Amino acid sequence: MSNLSYVRTEMLGEQSPPGTAIGIVGWLRANLFSNWLNTILTLVSLVFIYQVFAAILPWLIHSSWTANSLQECRAQVDAAYGMAAEGGCWAVIRERYLQLVFGFYPSELYWRPILAFGLTLVALAPILFTALPRKMLWLSPFAPFVVPWLLWGGTVWVPLLVVAGLGLAYVVTRVLSSHVSGLLAVPVAALVAILWWLYAVMPVNDAVTAMIANQRIPDVSADMRDKVEILPGEIAALDAQIAALGQTVGRAEAEKDALVSALEAAETEAARTAVLSAIHELRGPRDALAALEKQRLVRNEELSRARTLLAGLEALPENRTTRETLLAQLANATGAARGDLEARLATVDNRIASVVKEVGRVGLIPVESRRFGGFMLSITIGLVAITASLPIGVMLALGRQSDLLILRAICVGFIEFIRGVPLITLLFVASVLLNYFLPPGTSFDIILRVMIMVTLFASAYMAEVIRGGLAALPKGQYEAADALGLDYWKAQRLIIMPQALKISIPGIVSTFIGVFKDTTLVSIIGLLDPLGLSNAIRANTAWNGIVWELYGFIALMFFVFCFSMSRYSMYLERKLRTGHR
Amino acid sequence: MSELATERAIDRSKMSVSENVAIQITNMNKWYGAFHVLRDINLTIYEGERIVVCGPSGSGKSTLIRCINRLEEHQAGQIVVDGIELTSDLKNIDKIRSEVGMVFQHFNLFPHLTILENCTLAPIWVRKVPRKEAEETAMHFLEKVKIPEQALKYPGQLSGGQQQRVAIARSLCMKPKIMLFDEPTSALDPEMIKEVLDTMIELAEEGMTMICVTHEMGFARQVANRVIFMDQGQIVEQNEPEPFFNNPQSERTKLFLSQILGH
Ligand SMILES: Nc1ncnc2c1ncn2[C@@H]1O[C@H](COP(=O)(O)OP(=O)(O)OP(=O)(O)O)[C@@H](O)[C@H]1O
Ligand SMILES: [Mg+2]
Repeated sequence: MSNLSYVRTEMLGEQSPPGTAIGIVGWLRANLFSNWLNTILTLVSLVFIYQVFAAILPWLIHSSWTANSLQECRAQVDAAYGMAAEGGCWAVIRERYLQLVFGFYPSELYWRPILAFGLTLVALAPILFTALPRKMLWLSPFAPFVVPWLLWGGTVWVPLLVVAGLGLAYVVTRVLSSHVSGLLAVPVAALVAILWWLYAVMPVNDAVTAMIANQRIPDVSADMRDKVEILPGEIAALDAQIAALGQTVGRAEAEKDALVSALEAAETEAARTAVLSAIHELRGPRDALAALEKQRLVRNEELSRARTLLAGLEALPENRTTRETLLAQLANATGAARGDLEARLATVDNRIASVVKEVGRVGLIPVESRRFGGFMLSITIGLVAITASLPIGVMLALGRQSDLLILRAICVGFIEFIRGVPLITLLFVASVLLNYFLPPGTSFDIILRVMIMVTLFASAYMAEVIRGGLAALPKGQYEAADALGLDYWKAQRLIIMPQALKISIPGIVSTFIGVFKDTTLVSIIGLLDPLGLSNAIRANTAWNGIVWELYGFIALMFFVFCFSMSRYSMYLERKLRTGHR
Repeated sequence: MSELATERAIDRSKMSVSENVAIQITNMNKWYGAFHVLRDINLTIYEGERIVVCGPSGSGKSTLIRCINRLEEHQAGQIVVDGIELTSDLKNIDKIRSEVGMVFQHFNLFPHLTILENCTLAPIWVRKVPRKEAEETAMHFLEKVKIPEQALKYPGQLSGGQQQRVAIARSLCMKPKIMLFDEPTSALDPEMIKEVLDTMIELAEEGMTMICVTHEMGFARQVANRVIFMDQGQIVEQNEPEPFFNNPQSERTKLFLSQILGH
């Protein structure tokens, strides 16, 4: 054995690493060609990537944006790039993107969903990004009430009354927690608010509307009479313009057919481009014609609305007298006669109500749910389900952990039932069955019903994700919160939930993304979400046979939203990371 | 373990035991299911007392002090803290908890909040102290436990001893009348144990009513005015530290002391 003791006499200086470990060469060697297996995999991957791009890029580059039908697209692509070229027909997106975004929402009211979307972004921004000025938060609580009002329109009283329900819940919470028990306050307050929304909002709204209607009837009558007189003249003028322009367009179409054959005959590239731009210029008169026709449509609608309203107004006194008589007769009627009288009374009541609603409305023109569609519908349903499912999921998760046996049983039952049933089933329930379960007299809008179902579905999943987060928290956190004298809700809000939610961020965001994509299932119950619309577009003769461009566009839009959510979740995780792991 | 907790002489000028009862426990029993953890506990603690509770593992020490602020519920007997009886009335429980500070073996700091936020949270939300005032109080106590410079860090960035001192400061910020310690030094390295014990000694010197579950016999000798020995859920022996260590009466106590003091 030699001597084991050793003492370093000279310290080593720092040396640069060998050339093979640094720079591009080093990087390539380490990441792509570190051994023969890796090298083969790299080469195979490169070939694969090349194949994919070689297939897609020419298709993307040889696209047509200006055509009016699939045939025209093909003709344009063939003309521009030769018969063998394959090209995308993005013209369908150009022509239909408004429909894909707004569905059949009245185009003169597009400003409303746009404003609503902007408002939503402004309301969400300070919640999502804490670096933004805290003052912006003041706007956020109003968004949930203003946005639906903008989208569906109707009287201003409804959102105000809905807010009043929250105020009521707040008062109940304060009173209960100071006089009875803080633990009871929150559920009871929620119940009071729900009862208010179900049973009080609509009657109060109707009463206020009726009051205003009674005051306005003379003015509105006069106004409608004016319209009924003036509008037919305007429409006749439009008719004349349209007829004149129609001839121009007819001539242009004939020219176009000639041009298309010229295009096929054209030999040189320059000649081809010239013919193509000539075809393009023909669009001008055609677009002008479409605009005029739309204007006429709007005027016609206005006229028919004015006529209906005027007729209703004129019949109002008579209907009211009929109502009195019917009521008097009803008082001493029996049997079959009674049923008949009741039915007649209902019809008369309906007529009166529809006039009163129209005349007494202070607010926006209502837009029916069946006109909603496209991404607007997906985003509306998705956003509601996402924002509502988080608090409901938290409540369910807490309920599932609670010591109160019945509450726990209800929560477990709810979660397991909803998770055990496919969303499609719930949507069918929403579209067909849900009205049977609601108190009589409340008729729920189909979109609202779908929103409730999607929200419940998402909440059940959310509850389980959050329960995972709760389970990961050490018991000591609860004990420390208790020992400091924080009550249950304060401990949850300040100590438990911030940590549990932080742990659950990846799961929560996955659920969000899943819910947002699941909104496309509503097309199965006949709502026109982007997929539902794409079927309608494909059924149109002009676009029959188009697949990739339409679904590609829809997929891209969904990807943008979902990818943003996923990036946001990563940002949030990084931001909330405290201390060392 | 028998060596002293501190080299310096302890200032006993403010360490006075008053006539007023801080905690009164009478005939208290507790079961975990069928398991009888605490058996007929009778204990009166006066304001200003410094009590050390010791005993073998599983003897119910933690359970006893956790009953005092109702982290555990007792099934029979009576516990009166600061004149308020502990019943299932949540209001009383929250009131007592805000008067009784507790320090845990594993610190239990809130990892998502900074040290300062850890200390101001309860004063702001429970005592409704304005934020600014709460922060001033918090800085005062953080200085007292000698880590004001860490105020803006997160618990995960501190050493164990520092974390435990923050936990003590966090409790003190509620200005409690009584402090409970459940093995505050058991999860710490020897060097850090000293930091924490120093803090506890200073607290004792200011006259705080303290109940400590600990195996630091040096601390018990120097600071405690009474040592309680528990075994199998019962109080087996209690006495002033000198007679307790030098002249234990019960066989169990003798056995326990011989094991822990390593004779
Ligand atoms: N939640 C519980 N459920 C059932 N039994 C428990 C529970 N908590 C503690 N026990 C049991 O009660 C007895 C007393 O526990 P306790 O934690 O009070 O002991 P301890 O004296 O603090 O012990 P240690 O020195 O190990 O901390 C032990 O036997 C333990 O197994
Ligand atoms: Mg213990």
